[in-house]
Amino acid sequence: MTRSEDAVFLKLDDVKKSYDQKSLVVKGFDIAVEQGEFITLLGPSGSGKTTVLMMLAGFESVTSGTISIRGKSINKTAPYKRNIGMVFQNYALFPHMTVAENLAYPLSVRGMSKADQKARIAEYLKLVELDDFGHRYPGQLSGGQMQRVALARAMIFEPTLILMDEPLGALDKKLREQMQYEITRLHEKLGFTVIYVTHDQAEALSMSDRIAVFNDGVVQQCAPPAELYERPVNAFVAEFIGENNFVEGHVERIEGGRAVVSVKGGGQIVAEAAQGLEASGRCIVSIRPEKLFIHPTSHDHDNEIEATFVARIYVGDFIRYYFRLSDGSEIVVKVLNDLSAPEFGEGDQGRLQWLISDSIAFPHDGEMPDTTG
Amino acid sequence: MAGSARDQRRLAPEDARNAAREIRAQRVRAFLFVTPLLVFIGFAFVAPIASMLFRSAYNPTVAELVPASLEALAEWDGEGQPSEAVLTQFAVDMKRLANDRTSGQLAEEINRNLPGTSSVVKSTARNLRRVEDAELASNGAALLLEANDAWGEPGIWRALRKAGKTYTTGYYLTALDLEMTRDGSIQQRDTQIYLKLYGKTLWMALIITLLTLVLGYPLAFHMAHSSTSRANFLMVFVLLPFWTSLLVRTTSWIALLQTNGVVNSALIALGLTRQPHEMLYTQFSTVIAMTHILLPFMVLPLYSVMRGIDPSFMRAALSMGSRPIPAFLRIYLPMSLPGLSAGALLVFIISVGYYITPALVGGTDGQMISNIIAFHMQQSNNWELAAALGSLLLFLIVALYWLYDRFIGAGNIKLG
Repeated sequence: MTRSEDAVFLKLDDVKKSYDQKSLVVKGFDIAVEQGEFITLLGPSGSGKTTVLMMLAGFESVTSGTISIRGKSINKTAPYKRNIGMVFQNYALFPHMTVAENLAYPLSVRGMSKADQKARIAEYLKLVELDDFGHRYPGQLSGGQMQRVALARAMIFEPTLILMDEPLGALDKKLREQMQYEITRLHEKLGFTVIYVTHDQAEALSMSDRIAVFNDGVVQQCAPPAELYERPVNAFVAEFIGENNFVEGHVERIEGGRAVVSVKGGGQIVAEAAQGLEASGRCIVSIRPEKLFIHPTSHDHDNEIEATFVARIYVGDFIRYYFRLSDGSEIVVKVLNDLSAPEFGEGDQGRLQWLISDSIAFPHDGEMPDTTG
Repeated sequence: MAGSARDQRRLAPEDARNAAREIRAQRVRAFLFVTPLLVFIGFAFVAPIASMLFRSAYNPTVAELVPASLEALAEWDGEGQPSEAVLTQFAVDMKRLANDRTSGQLAEEINRNLPGTSSVVKSTARNLRRVEDAELASNGAALLLEANDAWGEPGIWRALRKAGKTYTTGYYLTALDLEMTRDGSIQQRDTQIYLKLYGKTLWMALIITLLTLVLGYPLAFHMAHSSTSRANFLMVFVLLPFWTSLLVRTTSWIALLQTNGVVNSALIALGLTRQPHEMLYTQFSTVIAMTHILLPFMVLPLYSVMRGIDPSFMRAALSMGSRPIPAFLRIYLPMSLPGLSAGALLVFIISVGYYITPALVGGTDGQMISNIIAFHMQQSNNWELAAALGSLLLFLIVALYWLYDRFIGAGNIKLG
């Protein structure tokens, strides 16, 4: 995705935030967002993503750096002048007003006539498929319905930007998936720009145009979902997005962007070299569980490693196999639950195979990423 | 199929019996848990209030003291001097009362209806004490008139007959500054005491409620939106008055407000006034001291309700383009209303019936209705009037609560 300067709609330039005048919660955040993009800020709790959202909405001041919309800084603009819609995790629907009154609130603040308000409310209720709920109070709605009203309320005044702060966090899994689809549908239909905060990576992957992965106040990588999943730039992203196996080793040499790695427990493999990897340094090689195959297999492969079978867990649509490498580290293989799923006895040796292009070697500072998280 | 499924869901007679027994057992158990409390409330709360309500309309004293005279007087038409038989019977009764040393009670009761007659009754009783029974029976009427010629007037007899009624609305009429004329119609009394006092009490309670609201709302707001440790720290100061004696707090206001007290000295020292202001023993001092004492009752319910209001509501309103003050009025204030109602109702009702502070710092100007009730209980010994005043106060508060429920809704009260 290329972004020329004039296509940039929202720009955060080296934005920093400190609450206690000692440490930074957000350490220099840069992003340029195009009109109509769906950007997700993803990260573990306390990584600074919600703080960024609060600075965007104007509820927190910016310690340094600039936030600008269409080239104009909004650092000093009051929240009520920013024209930014917001959806909260607890919905924040006003309990003493009906659904229709909730939706009318931003319109009446803008001095819209009663008749226009009515038409607009009917339109947006239809949009979120709650046509007949206008007279109800929020307390009489289910969680999913409240979330839809909250969405409608954030969109109804046609804001320049919509912020969503873990909007689906309070819903159960099934409803969450339904609402993900709903938000995606509305986004495609109306074309508004969204900054979405979540700690749920599945949510982020399925909805976003681009995802900014936060850790410790720093954006680790900002990329479209597929790129993030397939080509993580560092071990944190590789570990945080999806499930991953990590094999420790030593870089023998780097040839044409590929690293030859001698594995700690013995054997040699080849992997794509990540940025910053140096020859004759330590490294970890990441391989997704679903990209690993157990010999014999009909899939292509150009890497192979020996491992001892530990356990097999039946999940339903697939089966998880746990293996142990000779250095003691564990490795998970996900195999589709079809006739080819192999049988193993405890302690049996197996051969795990994969493609070079499915594995990445990252520089390693000695600490293993926490693969249990 | 549907029919059979319904049949399966229906309880068999035996199951229904078991279920009913279980529910019964649960109810009995629940009742046993609250029995001690019910007994205590019945004995310490319901019974005294019921007896007070009863006493306000029930006054058997005179009827028990001189039943025969009252019976004889029943036939009197209310004009002129009652018949000789009545006078004689009364003279006999008076001797008995004089010897029983209960004539004072009668004197007090009659005096209430016709001020100035206490001494008449007492002196008559003294005069008739030593007279022989036989002479009284034959010549009682003359002796009575001889003892005091007031007995020849109809006024004192009307007063006696009025006091002799066992059940009376008289105390309620008095409490409302009304009186019954001789022809049975109701008219206003010449001096208005109690209505004015009720009015003043309600007015002062309203002022106190508004003052606690003005002082308490911002404080509760600040506490609800600061960090837990800071809120707890501030809470100590809110609760501090609860931990000190009410008497000490009230007395300290005396020290502050008196003519040569701290406030006056400070004002003079600052050159703001030349002479000390009379602040103690006024309405002003009552209002100030009670506002101080009742402030926690406003802050606590407000705080606990505000604590439950998520900051996202105000943020949502602001993000939708509302300015802070309109957003506060339209969103935050209605959401804090349950705490506000609870606090205001609590402060108002407590202050309407407040006694000790107005008694100590109020002087005559700052007296409230409860002080006059106490006066009738302790000094004028007119318990019946005190009961009537107290009952009216109770009705007043119930009526105000009803109005509140009607317009705001009692369901809106929230203490936390």
